[in-house]
Amino acid sequence: MCLSIPSKVVSVDREKNTAVVDTMGVKREAGLDLMEEGSVNVDDYVLIHIGFVMNKIDEEDALESLKVYHEILAKLDEEERSRVVLEDDNCENRGAP
Amino acid sequence: MSELKLKDLYDGFRDPATIRMLAAQIGEAAKALHEPLRIMEVCGGHTHTIMKYGLPQVLPDNIDFIHGPGCPVCIMPKERIDHAIALARMDDTILVTLGDMIRVPGSQSSLAVERAAGRDIRPLYTPMDALKIAKEHPDKKVIFFAIGFETTTPMTAALLHAAIAQKVTNLYFHINHVLVPPAIDAIMSDGQAKINAFIGPSHVSVITGAKIYAPLPQKYSTPVVVCGFEPVDVMQGILMAVRQQAEGRAELEIEYSRSVTMEGNVKAQQLIDMYLQPRSHFRWRGIGDIPDSALELKPEFAHLDAEKVFAEVLPTEPIDDHKLCICGTILKGLAKPMECKVFGTACTPNSPLGSCMVSSEGACNAYYRYAGVLG
Repeated sequence: MCLSIPSKVVSVDREKNTAVVDTMGVKREAGLDLMEEGSVNVDDYVLIHIGFVMNKIDEEDALESLKVYHEILAKLDEEERSRVVLEDDNCENRGAP
Repeated sequence: MSELKLKDLYDGFRDPATIRMLAAQIGEAAKALHEPLRIMEVCGGHTHTIMKYGLPQVLPDNIDFIHGPGCPVCIMPKERIDHAIALARMDDTILVTLGDMIRVPGSQSSLAVERAAGRDIRPLYTPMDALKIAKEHPDKKVIFFAIGFETTTPMTAALLHAAIAQKVTNLYFHINHVLVPPAIDAIMSDGQAKINAFIGPSHVSVITGAKIYAPLPQKYSTPVVVCGFEPVDVMQGILMAVRQQAEGRAELEIEYSRSVTMEGNVKAQQLIDMYLQPRSHFRWRGIGDIPDSALELKPEFAHLDAEKVFAEVLPTEPIDDHKLCICGTILKGLAKPMECKVFGTACTPNSPLGSCMVSSEGACNAYYRYAGVLG
């Protein structure tokens, strides 16, 4: 199941070409290899798939989606939230269409 | 608290009021249809949503779903899984792959069985971990069994790019990346398919751009709507398709505009073009051979191509599914899963005989799991 939870860029490492992103409180590193140089910056909203930033998401849309996710995730403890977010990263259907 | 799964989260998007409102609008719009709308949702993600939420139950009778081949695990022919097993059985080898490829049976075994027997087979969170494993084990051959549609192909290309840049020489690639448009053409081209509208996969389109579907409306006189995976997205996409059909239009529309553009991710496309080229033939489980429907490494990277480097250990015989399996017919919309003689009896998710039962995104698997929905 693909939720496409938007992630917010927390920091960018130009040297390694990676970004640290925050998805509903879960932070992790994602590769920027698929993005144009300099196109991803702190505070941008992005979609992650299998460890890579796939694209940027319009902030208004991202915030709208996040509002719903936050309501749901608020009920989870940290460990569960982390597992749910990481599961979404690997959504098989993105490997599928 | 009982263990929470992503699917439970997903329920948050099943806003009953919105779905009811959309269902009513679809019902109204569908009154103007001259013939039933038979929509193929190409992607397994859509199949899953449609079946899980029982969307057919809230839609009028003149709207029918035909479940497409968009599940990378389902379409992998057994001989390719046998390749992965043969590679994993070589000495000093670590086989790495994504997703639930590990539990899918080949002709005799599965990667899960091989792993239990002591072979070094590792599921990956991200392809980039393959690079880390190759660096940590310079004495081993690390083979990345790459699967997926257009969505995951650029990640494979990025891994290859990084391996070359970092001069990692013990990482090999077994490429099984497939393409959506040729599969649609294969299903539509024999004239038998009963499909007159498409819901296009959104995440593929994030990479490729919606432009890959541009020829379809003209070629087959069908509406094509690219939409997201949430039930509300799917319903909105259906409404757009119904309206097109009712108004006699056949156009490409994007419902999922929050992430999909016409052009897609150009950088990702360039990365793919750098390393991969169309493959003249690829057999799709359940459909058969489709020319130019998959990718392979370009000849200049043959020294990294597991199919070439380890050719002597790879079986070459094509292996078909059980002769009673009617998956190919289901994919064309000519039959429903329940019409198959082995559905739910000899063929179940735990022991799949055919491709549509292999993963939770396959049509038969979705019907089996949500049979209660079907009544």
